[in-house]
Amino acid sequence: MIPPVANPDPTDPILRVGGLTVSFATDRDPVTAIRDVSFDVNPGEILSIVGESGSGKTVSLLSILGLTDPRTTTTSGSVIFKGKRILELPDREMRRIRGREIALISQDPMTALTPVYTIGMQIAEQIRAHQSISRRGARKRAVELLGEVGLPNPSEMVDRFPHQLSGGMRQRAVIAMALSCNPALLVADEPTTALDVTVQAQVLDLLRRLRKDFGSSIILITHDMGVVGEMADRVLVMYAGRVVESGTAEQIFDDPWHPYTWGLLASIPPLRGPRPERLASISGTPPTPANLPPGCAFAPRCRFRFEPCSNPPPRYKDDGHTALCFIPPEDRPRLRATVLGGERSAA
Amino acid sequence: MTDAAVLAARSQAESSAPPLLEARHLSKRYHFGKRLLPGSGKIVHAVDDVSLAVFPGETLGLVGESGCGKSTLGRCLTRLYEISEGELLFEGREIGHVGARQLKPYRRKVQMIFQDPSGSLNPRRRVADILAQPLRVHGIRPRAEIDDRLRELMDLVGLPPGYLDRYPHEFSGGQRQRIGIARALAMEPQLIVADEPVSALDVSVQAQIVNLFADLRDQLALTYVFIAHDLAVVRQVSTRIAVMYLGSIVELGSTDTVYGRPAHPYTEALLSAIPEPHARQQCERIVLQGDLPSPISPPPGCRFHTRCPFADDRCRTERPLLRPLDDGRSVACHYPRTEVSRTAGT
Repeated sequence: MIPPVANPDPTDPILRVGGLTVSFATDRDPVTAIRDVSFDVNPGEILSIVGESGSGKTVSLLSILGLTDPRTTTTSGSVIFKGKRILELPDREMRRIRGREIALISQDPMTALTPVYTIGMQIAEQIRAHQSISRRGARKRAVELLGEVGLPNPSEMVDRFPHQLSGGMRQRAVIAMALSCNPALLVADEPTTALDVTVQAQVLDLLRRLRKDFGSSIILITHDMGVVGEMADRVLVMYAGRVVESGTAEQIFDDPWHPYTWGLLASIPPLRGPRPERLASISGTPPTPANLPPGCAFAPRCRFRFEPCSNPPPRYKDDGHTALCFIPPEDRPRLRATVLGGERSAA
Repeated sequence: MTDAAVLAARSQAESSAPPLLEARHLSKRYHFGKRLLPGSGKIVHAVDDVSLAVFPGETLGLVGESGCGKSTLGRCLTRLYEISEGELLFEGREIGHVGARQLKPYRRKVQMIFQDPSGSLNPRRRVADILAQPLRVHGIRPRAEIDDRLRELMDLVGLPPGYLDRYPHEFSGGQRQRIGIARALAMEPQLIVADEPVSALDVSVQAQIVNLFADLRDQLALTYVFIAHDLAVVRQVSTRIAVMYLGSIVELGSTDTVYGRPAHPYTEALLSAIPEPHARQQCERIVLQGDLPSPISPPPGCRFHTRCPFADDRCRTERPLLRPLDDGRSVACHYPRTEVSRTAGT
């Protein structure tokens, strides 16, 4: 058992990430995949990390959980979970936190479950790894958990193998496993990307209920701005390994600052109202970490680049809203209106 | 020959021209299980009695959840799969059951674009070979003109001609999808069936490809069947929409009618399930309970009754057929959600 960690103020962030930088060894030079990523997660909060593939969402989360290979990965910066620096923890202690206090829901439920054991056995194994409880007790708890995540007939489902379940049921089994130790922090990496919209609605509903019933904090990684709009309290927008914009969901949707965020919002076809003749797309493709441009990484694709953009951009800050961009605050609304239209005047 | 279902399949078409491609009562069944004893195995009804017409110049969006049979239907329309039952007509001529030789001219006119651009391009051949092969096989251009045509194709899809000497792995996902599109265009087709062409791409790149589809349609007077599960993308590109559930079409009509006032309870639930960034105020969500029933033993009566909030005894026994409504669209439901029933019923 871990001794209870001193957590004097219950409103303190349960996770503080500061200056996280991760680089991988390659057969040439080391490649920096994540550069200077900092954020807090408050108790009971849903923090959403958005970005396209290769932007470093998953790598930052894996390194926070200590799941990267130490032989090929260099991690620097600080990760403080409940007042404890966890990057420096020895493996043995980290294993006690992982799964028990921080749980992971991965994108593909089929690879998160082993095909050769029933889901009941897999959930019970997780419970018994962290708590001293009898086999029978663990199995009983597994049935309860499957019921809690809304699987029909949990006492029958517990003896099913993963291939006998549909995608949505499998994802719910994975969520049941993640919940088995009542984690304080739930990390969900694209939990609904592999699912159909109607099933996605069920899973998002479930995540919202968990936050309400258990007060868990959730880090939700996704590339779907719709999911972000619906779930997030706060949002981090990542591009090429850096946080280019962060703020509350209202700030990001009503008053976005960074041209990349504008582009992301504009490239989603609307579901109501008139259909635009063409979608406002971002030209080009994201850079790979090995050949980042000097200065602002988004500059080559940015419609608004000007001379300073070849230098590292400054971080503007105001009321918890930050953006990594040279565009001065007074020019933002005018430039943004050319991408998103005028109706989104700074709220 | 034109029975009620076939007429319903034409609902809300803008053009009065005869359909370019028409499926009549098309079914696709798979047998599996005990193969040695005929009739003892199980049958999957992947596509079940679908009638559908595609008119020249339109983009017909085919939507539904995974496993609803939309890809199978797409592959039946291109005759990549054998059709179990029913007719398929291209420009009025039956092509559903003809042999490979008679099918060759049709193959030219109807092309397919696949979801996974890397899986559908041969990794060991250069782009130039990938694009030139169909030209040679079908003898569309004299050999001397092939090089010019390749440059023209690259230009159409927005890639520099210098990339012709590269291999598929040297491209990003969006560029690879452009090559897949160029390969389909090489045949100068009239109809393109695109099966989830943008779902493997990132949002910003997805928008580029969606725009490319629209540009090519205007430039080359193409007709599309656009299969996708992303309802926002389908709305953006399609003029008409067909919604599929468990192998059948449940609603068919113009994009604005179907998205604006869905008549089938399934369409309504599907649309309400999409999380929206633009209108962040929570609208009423219908969360469907349960999972898609198995297509091996589909429920009797209306296939959707097991998950439908409005189902009654009639729905459990009598299967609704696709029939036209007053506003021009077609729907397969005993109690379509028109304005009247919406205010009176709930």
